[in-house]
Amino acid sequence: MNDLTIIITLIAIGYIAGTWAEKRHYRSIEKREREFLDLPTVSIKNVNIDDAKVKKAEIVYGGAVISVDYFKRILAGLRNIFGGAVKSYESLIDRARREALLRMKAMAPDATMIINVRIETSTIGRKSHKKSVACLEAFAYGTAIYLEE
Amino acid sequence: MSKRYNLVFDGSIVEGENIEKVKKNTRTADGALILTNIESVPGKKIVEHFGLVSGSTIRAKHIGRDLMASLKNIIGGELKGYTELLNDSRRQAVDRMIDQAQQLGANAIVNIRFSTSSVAQGAAELYAYGTAVRVE
Repeated sequence: MNDLTIIITLIAIGYIAGTWAEKRHYRSIEKREREFLDLPTVSIKNVNIDDAKVKKAEIVYGGAVISVDYFKRILAGLRNIFGGAVKSYESLIDRARREALLRMKAMAPDATMIINVRIETSTIGRKSHKKSVACLEAFAYGTAIYLEE
Repeated sequence: MSKRYNLVFDGSIVEGENIEKVKKNTRTADGALILTNIESVPGKKIVEHFGLVSGSTIRAKHIGRDLMASLKNIIGGELKGYTELLNDSRRQAVDRMIDQAQQLGANAIVNIRFSTSSVAQGAAELYAYGTAVRVE
């Protein structure tokens, strides 16, 4: 009975605080994405640019580790029984990748463009452990190109 | 207790008092060599290839951070301790790669790739590799 109370409390905290934190994070992501709207970020390697105009080229990168809340983890656990799309984890991956991209852009705010962007995700933490930390790392990197005006 | 978070040069978030420590412990890759993740350095000509250079590091967080992370797992969101850990280690891996390239006499590393793997409980391996070249 006692254990059940703890679990229900955790779910309630996870649901309320988690939803609030996620909304706040999305607001912040959208605000910063608007700031970087004029910085082209592409995943292609060969862009038609005049080599003589290139002032500087350097690597830029950014990463973020995001975890899901307790409520969503329970939901995903239930989903494991029936199968199907695990919607509750979609926002987790989305947040991690967008945050990583934003941090990469924040490293070169004055660049003309960022080319050859690669995004890589990896899980960290202890899989074998019973209380495994369901968190995910997204890491984005690319080459920032600075052109002369 | 209020904590200050500042945005450091590479976009990672580090607690206010730790910024100086991080800057001191990790050399910044900028300036020493030209690093790109494309096959060339735009605007420059590659004159010599030195082959593969790589750097790796395996790091674990102390138990306090792990505990904080598992508490943070209840409400979800960013695990700043882990982000910081991975950022520091990745910078160290890049620094080791740069050291190797400098020993070869290179002045640029092209086609850099990063990879991550978890080797043991709570530890992560960060690996960076690329091709050392000399440009003109």
